[in-house]
Amino acid sequence: MKTKLFAAAFLAAGLGMSGQACAKDSLTLGIGLEPPHLDPTAGAAAAIDEVVYQNVFEGLTRIGPDGAVLPGLAQEWTISDDGLTYSFKLRDGVNFHDGTAFDSADALFSLNRAMAEDSTNAQKGLFEPIATVEAPDAATVTITLKRPTGHFLFNLGWGDVVMVAPESADTNKTAPVGTGPFTFDRWSKGSEIRLTRNDTYWGDAAKLAKVSFKIMPDAASSAAALMSGDIDVFPNFGAPELLEQFRADPRFEVVVGTTEGETILSMNNANKALSDIRVRRAIAHAIDRQAIIDGAMFGSGTPIGSHFAPHHPAYVDLTGMYPHDQAKAKALLAEAGYASGLKLRLTLPPPSYARRGGEVIAAQLAAVGIETEIIPVEWAQWLKQVFKSTDYDLTIVSHTEPFDIGIYARDSYYFNYKSERFNKVYAELTEAVDPAQRKALIGDAQRILAEDSVNGFLFELAQNGVWKNGIKGLWANRPIQANDLTGAYWE
Amino acid sequence: MLAFIVRRLTALAATLLVAALVIFMVMEVLPGDPAEVMLGLNAQPDTLAALRAQLGLDRPAPERFIVWVLAFLSGDLGISYTYDVPVAELIGERMGVTLPLALMAILLSTLIALPSGVLSAMYRGRPADTVIMGIAQLGVAVPNFWFAILLILLFAVSLGWTSAGGFPGYDDGILPALGSLLLPAIALALPQAAILARVTRSAVIDVLGEDYIRTARAKGLSGRTVLWRHAVRNALAAPLTIMGLQFSFLLAGTVIIENVFYLPGLGRLIFQAIAQRDLIVVKDIVVLLVGMVITVNFIVDMLYAWADPRLRHGDSNV
Repeated sequence: MKTKLFAAAFLAAGLGMSGQACAKDSLTLGIGLEPPHLDPTAGAAAAIDEVVYQNVFEGLTRIGPDGAVLPGLAQEWTISDDGLTYSFKLRDGVNFHDGTAFDSADALFSLNRAMAEDSTNAQKGLFEPIATVEAPDAATVTITLKRPTGHFLFNLGWGDVVMVAPESADTNKTAPVGTGPFTFDRWSKGSEIRLTRNDTYWGDAAKLAKVSFKIMPDAASSAAALMSGDIDVFPNFGAPELLEQFRADPRFEVVVGTTEGETILSMNNANKALSDIRVRRAIAHAIDRQAIIDGAMFGSGTPIGSHFAPHHPAYVDLTGMYPHDQAKAKALLAEAGYASGLKLRLTLPPPSYARRGGEVIAAQLAAVGIETEIIPVEWAQWLKQVFKSTDYDLTIVSHTEPFDIGIYARDSYYFNYKSERFNKVYAELTEAVDPAQRKALIGDAQRILAEDSVNGFLFELAQNGVWKNGIKGLWANRPIQANDLTGAYWE
Repeated sequence: MLAFIVRRLTALAATLLVAALVIFMVMEVLPGDPAEVMLGLNAQPDTLAALRAQLGLDRPAPERFIVWVLAFLSGDLGISYTYDVPVAELIGERMGVTLPLALMAILLSTLIALPSGVLSAMYRGRPADTVIMGIAQLGVAVPNFWFAILLILLFAVSLGWTSAGGFPGYDDGILPALGSLLLPAIALALPQAAILARVTRSAVIDVLGEDYIRTARAKGLSGRTVLWRHAVRNALAAPLTIMGLQFSFLLAGTVIIENVFYLPGLGRLIFQAIAQRDLIVVKDIVVLLVGMVITVNFIVDMLYAWADPRLRHGDSNV
């Protein structure tokens, strides 16, 4: 009898285990940086959106894996002929995780909170075109704009515009309450963030029951954690030099996707030498993009010739405008009066694309007679000295916001680039609604930036994901900073 | 003895106040504004102003310093700018990782270093000494983050005995929690043990050359008694000094090991807080660390006094 019981227990245990193995419904992801808090409407850190966007919080619209605008908490909308009035029809039966219903009053609250004078929304500019927000009934939200804004529906899909409830908005930083397919479980600070499936989700329930984001700041130990099975997926693996071992390992798949990160050698156009277009063009000729991609990024990254993402339908390939040509670069420098050389500061923030890319660029510039002084800085210093005070000559940074070509229209932006021509095109673009006209204008905008050689346009940052075999439904590309796990499952 | 303690405690308080002022001023002149770091590249000027007002950063510096010190004295460490939770809570959580880690490391390093150092001294110049000191030389030379990666590759990746890092928390019991700190503690302990063993060896060798050791031998004491009762106890001052320094180093210097094993400890917290300009967290932790370092030094002084009675009696010839 006893042996039988044992056998039964063994069998049960065995079945239980194999059952688990068949239908694994938990996922552990590695992320490099810990989010400072979990409220996407109150901070710029990408790590916040990487955990909660679309998993815990949702917006009126959402951004799909290909960057397309999809219905979110608004199931449909109509736009008036003048492009000024947007009327959103909200979904039925949507509840926040605390049980309160989501309706137009919450949408009104969320938008007004973000636009308020004391708002600490990092992307307050997204809301700037909004004139008024109204809720004619519980299921409708009407937004009236000050002027037509072509990108408005996309903007509503940003993590900074997610819907929050008045009851929980103040505590979302530590206990986020949204409407998404996962609810927040717990956050062991410095270690991991756990989510569990929201069983009362309004849409198709998530296939994963449990999700854990482990915070792994060190590349070598992230690699070890993947190999030892501690984590299943590293969606954005930071060390391209370690990818080869995962490519060779049959247990893993290396998925190279695109991001919205235009990595550029920013130039201070107000600097005496750099205000001369010949010097900027000389730098463009001195740069060998492929050497930077190979040397600093171990081959991952797509060359760009202007400030625009290559996977976007309106992309124009301008990488041939300034071919790598040292003689031409020297000639241009001589013409500008720097035949005997030029000395510039190259300020580098911490990411490896900047630090390693900076070494390569310094060598390439030295080859044409531009001597650079490399100044490594922390992010906080970079923000203060380079971004805010524009006390720099050259710097390398990846601009990761989607569709951010508009920064060149801001006169006070840190490039100190001022162009009537560009501003005019961009003003037309923001008001254009017709797709063909928009595409033409976006093309013009890219061309102007390349012709003016505003910055050294280097490459589009790649997203190198390391995925354990069998996981499906993750996003390979990164049209927006997020790890949308709504459709993820184990095969 | 009492006067000695009072003198020490006064020095402790004065040092803390100076440290608080210095760290406050350093954070003032350090370029970088917490609000800018939090709000990123697209922040609007009015949003930045709103956040600064919310964090109290719009007040003049002397006012902020006084407010901070008074609050600190009353036990209120403030609210973290970035995490938006009380700093005391943050530090408490992190201490739960760093303190046991540092204690385990110092324990391990002592257990390894003292016997091997004494052994080496005993068999000075013989093969045992050569082997131990050879290993110690290696231990001093190998950087601990690299040693940590080797440990992970061996025990987590190849053998699969442990996880590659991380900290499960105390919810599942104390043993799994401490277990997860074992590899990091070894990675921290061995390089420290190497230094400690060398210091112990030379201290014991010095003492073994003293006249009173010859006297002890001459009066017929066995070699072992001479070594342990007379030589080792008198040689302890030097290793104790090193251990005091090492403990301070371990408390603050776990930054690298905590990164490699992705442990949520104090080192990681302060590193992150500096990068994010979470000034209040940085200031609180630094003052706390200064406090702990001074306290450890205080304890080491007390141990000297125990090991060397001349200090206890205030002998000015020392």
